[in-house]
Amino acid sequence: MSAVTVPTASAWDRVRTYRPPNRYLPILATAALFVGLFGVGGIRYDGLTDPQVLLSLLIDNAFLIVLGVGMTFVILTGGIDLSVGSVVALSTMIAAKTLDMGWSPYLSIVAVLATGTLLGLLMGLLIHYFDIQPFIATLAGLFLARGLTYLISVESISIKDPTVTDLAFRTVHLGDYYVRWTAIIALATVAIAAYVLARTRFGRTVYAIGGNEASAMLMGLRVAFTKVGVYVISGFCAALAGLLFSLYILSGNSLHAIGMELDAIAAVVIGGTLLTGGRGYVVGSLLGVLVLGIIKTLISFDGTLSSYWIRIITGVLLLAFVVVQRFATRRRP
Amino acid sequence: MTQMRTPAGTTSVPAAEPQPVIEMRDISITFGAVRALDEVSVRLFPGEVHALMGENGAGKSTLIKALTGVYAIDAGVVTIDGERHEFSSPAAAQAAGISTVYQEVNLVPNLTVAENMLLGREPRRFGSIDVREMNRRARRTLLHLGIDVDPRTVLDEHPIAVQQLVAIARAVDVEAKVLILDEPTSSLDADEVEKLFTVMRRLREEGVAIVFVSHFLDQVYEIADRMTILRNGRLVEERMVADTTQLELVRLMIGRELEVLDRLDRAAPTTGAGSGTPLLTAVGLGRKNTLEATDLALYEGEVVGIAGLLGSGRTELARLLFGADTADTGELAVRSHTRRLRSPRHAIDRRIAFSSEDRKAEGVVGDLTVADNMLLALQASRGWLRPIPQGTRARLVKDYIEALDIRPADPTALMRNLSGGNQQKVLLARWLITEPEILILDEPTRGIDIGAKAQIQAKVAELAAQGLSVVFISAELEEVLRLSDRLVVMRDRRKIDERTNDDVSVRDVLEIIAGETRSEEDTHA
Amino acid sequence: MPEPTSLVQRVLRHQLLWPVLALFVLLLVNVVAKPSFLDVRMQDGHLYGNLIDIVRNSAPVMLVALGMTLVIATRGIDLSVGAIAAIAAAVACTRIIGAGDEAALRTAVMAMTYAVVVCIVLGAWNGLLVSVLGIQPIIATLILMVAGRGISMAITDGQITTVNNPWFSDLASGFVLTLPLAFLVAVGMVLFTALLTRRTALGMLIEAVGINPEASRLAGVRARTIIWTVYAFSGLCAGLAGLVIAANTNSVNANSLGLWIELDAILAVVIGGTSLMGGRFSLAGTFVGALFIATLARTIPNIGIPSEVNYLFKAVVVIAVCLLQSPKARALLRVRRSGTPTLANGAPA
Repeated sequence: MSAVTVPTASAWDRVRTYRPPNRYLPILATAALFVGLFGVGGIRYDGLTDPQVLLSLLIDNAFLIVLGVGMTFVILTGGIDLSVGSVVALSTMIAAKTLDMGWSPYLSIVAVLATGTLLGLLMGLLIHYFDIQPFIATLAGLFLARGLTYLISVESISIKDPTVTDLAFRTVHLGDYYVRWTAIIALATVAIAAYVLARTRFGRTVYAIGGNEASAMLMGLRVAFTKVGVYVISGFCAALAGLLFSLYILSGNSLHAIGMELDAIAAVVIGGTLLTGGRGYVVGSLLGVLVLGIIKTLISFDGTLSSYWIRIITGVLLLAFVVVQRFATRRRP
Repeated sequence: MTQMRTPAGTTSVPAAEPQPVIEMRDISITFGAVRALDEVSVRLFPGEVHALMGENGAGKSTLIKALTGVYAIDAGVVTIDGERHEFSSPAAAQAAGISTVYQEVNLVPNLTVAENMLLGREPRRFGSIDVREMNRRARRTLLHLGIDVDPRTVLDEHPIAVQQLVAIARAVDVEAKVLILDEPTSSLDADEVEKLFTVMRRLREEGVAIVFVSHFLDQVYEIADRMTILRNGRLVEERMVADTTQLELVRLMIGRELEVLDRLDRAAPTTGAGSGTPLLTAVGLGRKNTLEATDLALYEGEVVGIAGLLGSGRTELARLLFGADTADTGELAVRSHTRRLRSPRHAIDRRIAFSSEDRKAEGVVGDLTVADNMLLALQASRGWLRPIPQGTRARLVKDYIEALDIRPADPTALMRNLSGGNQQKVLLARWLITEPEILILDEPTRGIDIGAKAQIQAKVAELAAQGLSVVFISAELEEVLRLSDRLVVMRDRRKIDERTNDDVSVRDVLEIIAGETRSEEDTHA
Repeated sequence: MPEPTSLVQRVLRHQLLWPVLALFVLLLVNVVAKPSFLDVRMQDGHLYGNLIDIVRNSAPVMLVALGMTLVIATRGIDLSVGAIAAIAAAVACTRIIGAGDEAALRTAVMAMTYAVVVCIVLGAWNGLLVSVLGIQPIIATLILMVAGRGISMAITDGQITTVNNPWFSDLASGFVLTLPLAFLVAVGMVLFTALLTRRTALGMLIEAVGINPEASRLAGVRARTIIWTVYAFSGLCAGLAGLVIAANTNSVNANSLGLWIELDAILAVVIGGTSLMGGRFSLAGTFVGALFIATLARTIPNIGIPSEVNYLFKAVVVIAVCLLQSPKARALLRVRRSGTPTLANGAPA
């Protein structure tokens, strides 16, 4: 008798029904936070109002945006992917090593993307077919990717291939301002992901699984394919992020991207995606990354604050979002 | 039980019976050693609401799962439109036009109404979902069924009743021939039930065969045309609703020969209980969509039996008395002190104990030992810092294993390896060890063997004689009558009768439940 | 002969069999690679040798895993232990530096006590989020996992802080009764935890909550208090681990101290046979699990593989253990076994 979903046809419900943009609320909050931070920064620090600062934000965080996109897919199904930081490191290492060995950059890119995708596939299979909890399966992925990175090289390998360095520094000018290709790739990833999530059966199934996996199964949706699929996407995104990171930092190193999975998770949560799954938008994750980025920028503009404040502030924001989400969803048992 | 496939009525059945959409003949399903369904036959006709009736363990849900392809059938034949069919999976059943709406709405709360209706078969254009077309289609279906909901709204903004209607709309949209509604009304209020019935009637007019499972007799009589009554995994009878009185129905569901029952002796020691100030008083105790305001008084040394069908509110009342659920309305007083029971802890501190009907989910801690299970409640009330001394532990456990004849008599055996009856005895011991003043037992003898059952009944009588107050709930009326000093009868989530148990017969109770009380002469003063 | 079979059966069924066997195999691999691996010699009144290094190095993971075992038994998880360890180290080191007499015993004791108290508070914070606010454990502890290293850096002002206190460094490198102090501390904590859980009712109530939360609630168990206690205890354990790690290098690097120790600890718990689904827990199993991880770390360089590749092996272990515990994988295995009955019957009669 206790399993019966208790009806909640209270007046409160009816009030809620009349508030149209309910599901956009978290994303609006994040956007407001971003604008607020930018505004406050603009008043306090001179150079911040320069539009180039915004563009630089995109350039400097391109890899994190892509990482956040993949993480959004996973978290929307109610899962988590702890392996992405290590996969980024592995990607930089594979890129650096293969280029060092004289591979064509294109071949090298394919190798990186294939590795990340394959790792994602393996984790997805473990999670879905053997009922291994996502965090533990991706924990194995974390160890595996980091171990492979070390296996390739314990030393740092720098990237000197002219085609690649050229690509890394090539810019697109917009009047007086510029962006790098990496930022454009990141934005394109966001756009594609937003389309997939909103307008394809795969995307809607991702939400359905996050909402209620058992129901999704009973509705005859392709749960297995989708659940494995999100980890494949996350693996691919991590590899792509790894490539962007390689272009940003121009080296492969097994110490790269330690803890970057936490940044990605934080960005997704701050972007309004529910960690329990089913609610959120990839655009929110983009905003989440930008919020983290602007905090970083503000701290560096300030000069008196140390970089560790980023982590503390990130933690506080995480706390705020998690607690608010908790209370917003509490009425459901 | 030879009249299996004989239609009971004559008046409301057309001269030439139409062909059933689905006929299940002599279906048997066995789980391990348990025969869950034993040669059960059911016929579903187009344009009829068919109620599936039966108490716990009657086999209703097994039958539904067989029909929807969740369980494989061991023996028997299923024909659809006269053709033999075998379902290998829920998808196959769905493809054959059988749709199911379960009690817990099996939809996705975070997506829109339209998406929930069309998920998996959304209209697409150039590979992407055509949202406008999807909303249009959803609106059309909803309109057709007379459901007034904006398809663009998110599902969990709506109350359960609306979600249920959306689930039906989804089921109907696949052009279902058969719609199975498994306890759709259990958490709806009267208005919402009416809305649901409107939709059901509309579908019936369109020739859909609807299987309706509900514990509310009034609802069955309002909406259903035909019913199949099951008991202990067997078919009792198929009947036309119009030709069956409620008393007959209840008799068929509970299933004893009344004449035999009337002669059963009552073992309850009619003590002088029921005088003085009550130990426990509930005034207007209720909870939204669970239990209507109910009054109850419990005196020292008294056994109050609660009789009623499944879903009558008997369990719900017990849970409110124990604080397992919190009451929305009413007051509860223990020894004349008004108390708000916000959690079981509060109740336990007031020396109330409650053994749940759901032994497995709400009683047994399977991976712990018998001893730990027995001492759990006492230890919980002492807090973890004050462990029960080794000696006391051993003594208590040994005493209760002996007193209740628990087998194996091994305190270190794991609880999950015990039989149901022995688990139930351990749970009884768990509460007796806390030395309660009020003991609420919800179906303490369900699904256990005869021997254990008799032992538990004897123990309850003995405890009451020693001054313990007991609330005894059971689906078996003889048991309730044999044990209780006073009887509370419940139906449709409210108390409908209360009387002292002086020679109340099973027939009397059945008549009360069926709503055919003869007179008020022997009602409790 | 009922007696010997039942003994064999008991050994075979014992939950410690597999972890102990795995540890044994690992040691065997080492001996094959280097016959002198197990040699232990006495020097300056201390024992020296690979085995001694292993037990000493196992101390931090063992400590963290101890708290983690109890948390996991309640169906929880604590991801913040690495960050808490870093905070403990930072607090202790800055207290030692800030004290009047940097090298005094009193300084070391005060600093460590202070650090441990801070960690209990941090653990209680996690417990608050989980038990009172009802946030999923993995999410609740993620917050401190993210913020914790920042806090640790804030305490040390972002510097790698080096301390000079012989008493403090003894915590990692000292010997008592010929054995490393760090190991003795860890073993002491294991025994203390065993007493705490098995001599009081804590262990039973933790298991009850982990096995069947609803039945426990109806039996009146105060799950909130239990869960709170368990997270605070996990904080304490993580703090002690942080102190041992910091004492080992006489310094604290807030960025790297205790990095991924939460993962090692979870691994140790899982190897030890405690299920991630909660319920019954085994402290002895966790003890063996921690030794296994420390031995693995030692094995890899010993058999001539770069020690960084350790991670690769850990990944394999994680997957192997999880597959062994996964009911689905077991079912698959069983099907395959029953598919070849002739083999099973072919055993000598």
